This record gives sequence, C-alpha cells and structure tokens, in this order.
Amino acid sequence: MPDLLLEFFSEEIPARMQAKAAEDLRKLITDKLVAAGLVYEGARSLVTPRRLALAVQGIPARQPDIKDERKGPKVGAPEQAIAGFLRAAGLASIDQAKVQADKKGDFYVAVIDKPGRAAIEVIAEIVPDVAKNFPWPKAMRWGASSATPGSLSWVRPLHSIVATFGPETEDPEIVRFEVGGIASGDTTRGHRFLSPGAIKVRRLEDYLDKLEKAKVVADPARRADIILTEAKTLAFAQGFELVEDAGLLAEVAGLVEWPVVLMGSFDESFLKIPGEVIRATIRNNQKCFVVKKPDASLANRFILTANTEASDSGAAIVAGNERVIRARLSDAKFFYETDLKIKLEDRLPKFSQIVFHEKLGTQAQRIERIERLAAELAPLVGADVEKTKRAARLAKTDLLTEVVGEFPEVQGLMGKYYALAQGENASVAAAIEEHYKPVGPNDGVPSDPVSVAVALADKIDTLVGFWAIDEKPTGSKDPYALRRAALGVIRILLDNKLRLRLSKLVAKHYGVMAGLVPAIHALSSAKKDVDARDKHGHDGGVSSDLLAFFADRLKVQLRDHGARHDLVDAVFALEGQDDLLLIVRRVEALGKFLETDDGKNLLAGVKRASNILGIEEKKDGRAFAGAPDASLYAQDEERALATAVATAKAEASAAVAKEDFAAAMSAMAKLRPPVDAFFDKVKVNADDKAVRENRLKLLAEIREATRAVADFSRIEG
Amino acid sequence: MEPTRSFQGLILALQRFWADRGCVVLQPYDMEVGAGTFHPATTLRSLGPKPWKAAYVQPSRRPKDGRYGENPNRLQHYYQFQVILKPSPPDIQDLYLQSLKAIGIDTGLHDVRFVEDDWESPTLGAWGLGWECWCDGMEVSQFTYFQQVAGFECAPVSGELTYGLERLAMYVQGVDRVYDLNFNGREGDEKVSYGDVFLQAEKEYSRHNFEHADTDMLFAQFKMAEAACGKYLDAGWDKTSNARKHLMALPAYDQCIKASHVFNLLDARGVISVTERQSYILRVRELAKACGEAWLATEGGSGS
Repeated sequence: MPDLLLEFFSEEIPARMQAKAAEDLRKLITDKLVAAGLVYEGARSLVTPRRLALAVQGIPARQPDIKDERKGPKVGAPEQAIAGFLRAAGLASIDQAKVQADKKGDFYVAVIDKPGRAAIEVIAEIVPDVAKNFPWPKAMRWGASSATPGSLSWVRPLHSIVATFGPETEDPEIVRFEVGGIASGDTTRGHRFLSPGAIKVRRLEDYLDKLEKAKVVADPARRADIILTEAKTLAFAQGFELVEDAGLLAEVAGLVEWPVVLMGSFDESFLKIPGEVIRATIRNNQKCFVVKKPDASLANRFILTANTEASDSGAAIVAGNERVIRARLSDAKFFYETDLKIKLEDRLPKFSQIVFHEKLGTQAQRIERIERLAAELAPLVGADVEKTKRAARLAKTDLLTEVVGEFPEVQGLMGKYYALAQGENASVAAAIEEHYKPVGPNDGVPSDPVSVAVALADKIDTLVGFWAIDEKPTGSKDPYALRRAALGVIRILLDNKLRLRLSKLVAKHYGVMAGLVPAIHALSSAKKDVDARDKHGHDGGVSSDLLAFFADRLKVQLRDHGARHDLVDAVFALEGQDDLLLIVRRVEALGKFLETDDGKNLLAGVKRASNILGIEEKKDGRAFAGAPDASLYAQDEERALATAVATAKAEASAAVAKEDFAAAMSAMAKLRPPVDAFFDKVKVNADDKAVRENRLKLLAEIREATRAVADFSRIEG
Repeated sequence: MEPTRSFQGLILALQRFWADRGCVVLQPYDMEVGAGTFHPATTLRSLGPKPWKAAYVQPSRRPKDGRYGENPNRLQHYYQFQVILKPSPPDIQDLYLQSLKAIGIDTGLHDVRFVEDDWESPTLGAWGLGWECWCDGMEVSQFTYFQQVAGFECAPVSGELTYGLERLAMYVQGVDRVYDLNFNGREGDEKVSYGDVFLQAEKEYSRHNFEHADTDMLFAQFKMAEAACGKYLDAGWDKTSNARKHLMALPAYDQCIKASHVFNLLDARGVISVTERQSYILRVRELAKACGEAWLATEGGSGS
C-alpha cells in the first residue's frame, strides 16, 4: 500500500514548539485520514529547526465505496415533495428509489452509491486544511501576501512543501495542492550552510538518507542522542563528568540540524561563584552544558553544541563562545559580589514598595504575616521560635538581589548562601532555601523544624489569602499554584508526622489577614467588620471551604499512593476532621479493616441497616433517631445487638480518643456477629408498630456507632 | 575601511551593503530614542501599504543601562544599525547572512543561528515574531517580522533587522571591552578608540541619569509632550476635506518620542513606582496609537 511523505520547510521554528508541532501534525493528518476511511498502518513525525515532517505508511490507494441511504417522503406524497427528494438525492426518477415500510406506512428511500475517491485526491484536500489551521502557539504573517486579509499564518515564513504519495515499488506521485501561494512538490533543502542545494526526495527512507548526506539529522531523538553521547565522551576524555540536563538537551536538539559538540573553558577564578549560578548563567544564556569534577564540584569547562562543521574544526566557534561566557560570568560574579555587600535584613524596607497582589497588600505585609504565622507554628512543629521568626523575615529577601533578579530559578538558594555569608544560624539559612519546598511532586520535603514552620506558613498564607479574595483554582487554571501549595502542606505534615488542627489555624490567620490588610477589597465591608470583632470566628466559610480543598488534594495524594478515595470521604464526613495526619491514620486503619471478613460483612450489615432505614424513613416521612426502648425488645438477638452496639460504641470511642484506630476497628469488628444474627432472625418491619419503631431505632444505633470510626455510607462496595 | 578593523568601517560596510540592495540610507533621527525602531522611518513607515526599504544608524539611549563607564559591555548610549524592508522579502534571511559576510563573519568558520525571540514594545503598542541571531553564542542582531505597530496590523508585514553595532564590532575586532574598540582604524598615535570618543560621555550621563536629572522638569516635560502630541494630532485632521486626512502626524509623533525618552529618564532616576510605571507606559502607548492612526491618514501612510 502507498506511503505519504510530507514536509513543511520554513525559517527557524522555536525549539520549545517543535515537539508539540510534530505530534500535532501526526495527529491532525492521521485523524483526518481515518475519518475519510483511509485507515493507515503507521505514522512517524520528524522535526528540525527548519522542517516539520510526517511519514504515513500503508494508506489504501482508494477510499472504500459506501452506500448511503437517504429517507424520502411517504409514498403518495405531493408531487413537489417527491421532486425535491429526487433532486436532493440525485435520482432521475422515483423508480430508482426503494420503498420501505415503517409504523406510519410506506416511504421512499434513495440508495446512493458513493464510490471511494483516490486517496491522493483526498490527501490533497486534507493537507492544506491542516496547514491553514495548524495550532501553532503563536503564528505570524509575512511577505507581500500579508497585505491581503486571510493570508497564510505559520510559525515563521514557510518556504516549501514536500508531499509525495505512492507505493514502495514505484516512484511516488506529488500530491498536488497549494497553500499560501506555495505549490507542493518533491524538493527540499539540506543544511543552511553545509549543503544548501535542492534535494529531490521520494519517501521516508530516501528522505532521511538524503537529508543525512545533506548534513541534516531529521529525527530529534537521534539528535539529542548524538549530543548526549558526544558531550559525555568529551567530558570523560578530560576526566570530568557531564552534568546532565534533560530540558536543556531537548532545547539544544531543537536548535541544530547537524549537531557538532565542542568543549570550551573559562577562567578558574569564576569557580568562586556558587555552582548553581554558573550553571544558570551558562545554561540559560548560552544553552551550554556544564561539567563536574570527580568530587562533584563544577569544572571550569562547558560544552556547546554548534550547528555546523567549521573549516577550522571549531576553533573559532569555541573561542567565540568562551568570550561570551567570560563576559556572562563576569556579570554574574559582579552581581554576586554586589549582593554580598548588602545584608539581607537591610533589603527589607524595599518590600513595602512592592505589591504582592493588589488585593493582598505589599510584600512587606505578606512577610509580616508569614513571620507571625511561622512563630505560631514553631512550637507546634518543635522549632525554635526566634530562629523561625528570623528565617521567616529573611526568607524572601534574596528576591531583591541582583543574582536572583537575573536568574529567578536560584531564589531561596541564593538567600541561603547570602545568609551563611553574613553568619546566620545554619537552620535559618537552610530555611530560606527550603521554605519553597516541596516545589513539585518529586521534590524533597523539608525536615528541619525551622524550615517546616516557615514552609508551612508561606503556603498557608498564600492559600488563605487567595481564598479570602476568592481567587481559587478552577479547572485547569491555577495561576497562583494553589494546588501545589496545598499539596506541599499535606506532604510536609505527613512526611514529618506532624499533628496540626488546620481549621483553627486557617480561621485565625484569616482574621489576622483581615486586620493587617484592611484592603482585602473583595470582602464586603459588613464581613470585614465581623472579622475585626471576632478574629477566630466568622470567615465567610473560607476555612471550611479551604479545608474541603485540602481534602480533595489529600484524596489525590492518597489515590496516587494506592488508597481508596471513598475511604477518605468516609473519614472526612465525620465532624471536625482537620488533622491531616490523623485522617490518614484513620483511613489506613479503615482500609485494613475493610480487607478483613469482619470488615466486609460489617460494612454489608451497616449498609443493609442504612438501606432499610432509608426506605422506612421515607415511607413514614420521619427519622428514627433516639435511644431504643429496652422493654420493647422481643427477641434475644435484639438484646444482644443492643448490648453489642453500646459496647462497640464505648470501646471504639475510647480507642479513638487514644488515637488507636486499629483498636477502634477491632471494637467495631465485634459488632459483626450480632448484626448478622439480628438480620438473620429478626423481622424489622414487625406488625406491632411500637416494636417496628424500636427495631428501626436500633438500626439507627448501628449506623451511629460506626460513625465513631467513619461514615460507612460513603464507602463504596 | 576594513569592517573588522574599525568601528566606522563596520558601519560603512553595512551601509554600503544595504545601499546596494536598494535601501534608502538615512541618517539618525535627530531626537533621543531608546531604539532604532522609534525612528519614524521604522515605526510609521511600517504602517500602511506602501513598500519601503531603509537602512540607518540610530544612536540609542537607555538611561538605566549606564554603568559610569565601568562595565565592559553596558552603555547608556550606543549605536544600532537598523534595516527595515517592507514587505519582508522572501530571501531576507539570506540577505542578512550575506550582510554578515560583508562585515567579515564567515559562516564556514562561525556558528550562526536563529534563536527564538519574540519582540514586543509596550510603549509603541507593537509586536513581532523573529529571532535573536547568534554568532558563536553571541547575540549580534535582532530579526523581527512586525505583526502590529501602534496597535495596527501591519499589512504588509515588514522585516526589521537590528544590529548591535558595538557588540558586533567587539566580536569582529576580537575586543572584550567596548572602550577598547578601534574607532577609526588607525594604529599608533592616530588611533582613536571608542573610549576616546565616548567614555567621558558615559561617565557624565550616568551621573546625570541616575543622580542629577531634574525630575521636576522631567515630570513637567512629560506632561507637556503628552499634551502637545494630543494638540498637534487634533489640529492635524484636515477639516477642509471630507476624506479622512491628517496633515501633521510626524510633528505629533516627535512629541510621543519625547514623552517616551523622558519617561525612561524618570525611570532611571527611580522616581516612578511599580504601579505608576505601568500607567506611564500606557500613556505613551496611547500617544503612539493615535500617531499611528494619524499617519495612516496621511499620504505616506495611505498609499494614495
């Protein structure tokens, strides 16, 4: 079966857009092929800075023939209706239509044979359509044609299009079409400098082969592989090791068609600058890799990837890059040394001029809030209050340093270096770096109590603040990374096994916020008055809503670790659950319990009790609450159950009070035999009204008793 | 004049190259601007349907970038070489590469690359897509396809090339400190360096920009330029004709340029807060937009 080869040859495509463009092209073209009845065998897209290509193998030469049935008017319908139907269906006379019957009688059906079209014709329609609507993140117009409205948009000017189609054994045909004044063809070009001539291409293997000869590696994965291998080899040859960097590697592979890896060096004296700053400088500005010595410290070398084979084997290229890197490192060194001259605390006054968020006040106000909250948290997490306050106060100061201004990704880290340089306590310095943590799901969680206190305060302040002004995440939109902040709080608490009553803390901080920032404009003035009077109380539902958000995040977190989300719901449904560590312990105990036979049967029993209650309560239009009357028990099973419920309730509550959830579950387990026996022997809907009511109340008691450990009605299964 | 031996040789080589490609070689605009793009030969001429090709050197003032002559790369006054080609020709990348060759950069020896860099000028209400052009890891030019200027879609699109002349000269001369550049190409007693020409100016203007520029006067000048721009724009609409015609877009635009530079000076003096900054930028943009609108109603902008 024939293969399709497509190539859009343009001016340099931004590296960051290449991978997605390749995938978009593959998906858009193949989806349309399939929709047109052209089911293909395989597809592979390729991308370089100057070309976006796609090869689709095994496309049928023709679309399948299809029969289309079109329902017409009733037999005996007016002349006009029949004529209209014939016209629409393309029939010459009504004899060509079939007659079919349905409930309403006989009607005409036109059977239209749609012969499949040649695939090449279909492709000639699909490709221009895809090109005209290609989802580039940012597209542009160019040249004389851009004077006309509706001219083609592409990521950068498009120069030529290859589109060939044909079976393996023959010379392929050109799929003829035109996009933005460019006619499709079968020629492309090689490397801009090394082989700029035109190349005629036929199909994928031929394309790859000819491009390679023309100094173009079309496959981005192979370019990345070449760069990585050569970079490692170059470093190794000099007794160093490459500092790998997957993001940089992908970017660099997107900047070259013919990777040539070279090594350069810089003056040893620059190694006095923190390694992260050297790396950021070399990486961000120059797209070069750094290498390390056997002792893991940086070496005074860098690895660059050129896009050409120079006639002097790269000597001039290396020399040029060395000069640029020298200038960049001089800047970085200057920034670093300038920063060291100013003490971190001396930077604080400037924060009062910097707005954190227009509704949440200045950075200075935010720092003040974090400091207060961190100090409140410190004793709860075992941190020294004075160190915590100091760390909280200095935590953001490096944002005003030159180095962080230049390289935002070293925020926190630079703060730590500057703090150590000015003789701060080690915990204080560490907390400046670690209070941002955990940044992502794979990032470590701080464990030093000072870091923990400041990290929690930073995140809780963010969450409460944005909740207060109603800027919560919605759908995929989370511009302030609030989900990450909540997950950070969860991980810090769980990993460090910390107990914390979140709702109290949140409510209080909300009160502080309303006091410190009377400018929480989003709050109605009435609400603000209430907040000012009662800082622990009314918060417009903020703390309960935020707690529900924590519950959601916790569910996601636990689900990722294999726990059932319904168990989290079952625990959260209980009153006053705001201690995440306890919730998790409870969920774990519940999960284990439900894996036992006792657990499963008890769950079944409780569900049965709830169902019956539900039905009867609906029937009677009333709830069966309150203690059952012991004198109305008619059977031993009733009495046994009543006793068991009382015992289980007492034992479970006592165990829960001691936070021994396993024991609480064991207490619940004892309920199982009497519950089973009760359902076995006792007719709940007794004829005697009083007895019936009493039995229903007893069922309600079962439900009530189990609430000591979880809301069983929320558990699935 | 060897382009690799002298700063002026480099400028002359670029002028000759682009003159040979049909560009009008203009002289710098006679006002203080932050970049060559502000020259009406770029900003205004990139609007409207008329073809236009021009090349010129533009002294550019960035008051905040002053370093009292102490930084080897940063200057508060430097030169840009600006090329504007409207509509952007299909071989514009090749033309650019040929121009590098003309100033002594051999692509057989050097690694020249086009690295994504989208350009936006909030004050001009302009944006475009393109690249920064790298030579052996050094950014030597900006390459932009204007999509919008003064808030108006460019139809057709212009291609803009901006060469950072000092950097380029440092590169081809193999010099690490801008002040060490050979300016006139002579050696010995006759040699004049970039420092001989500009070092004193860098020191003096750094003092001025950061410490002494009269902010009361500048605030007043900003208001005056803003008001004058509006006044000239109002007065420029031709009331004698029914067609929408403007007769004074260029003088009005001068006041927009003025306001922009005064704002840059105030910014360097640190007297504009973060929130105010945004509103000043918006005020200049409003002027730029109104000037663009006026220009489109002139003979130069309408193609009529």
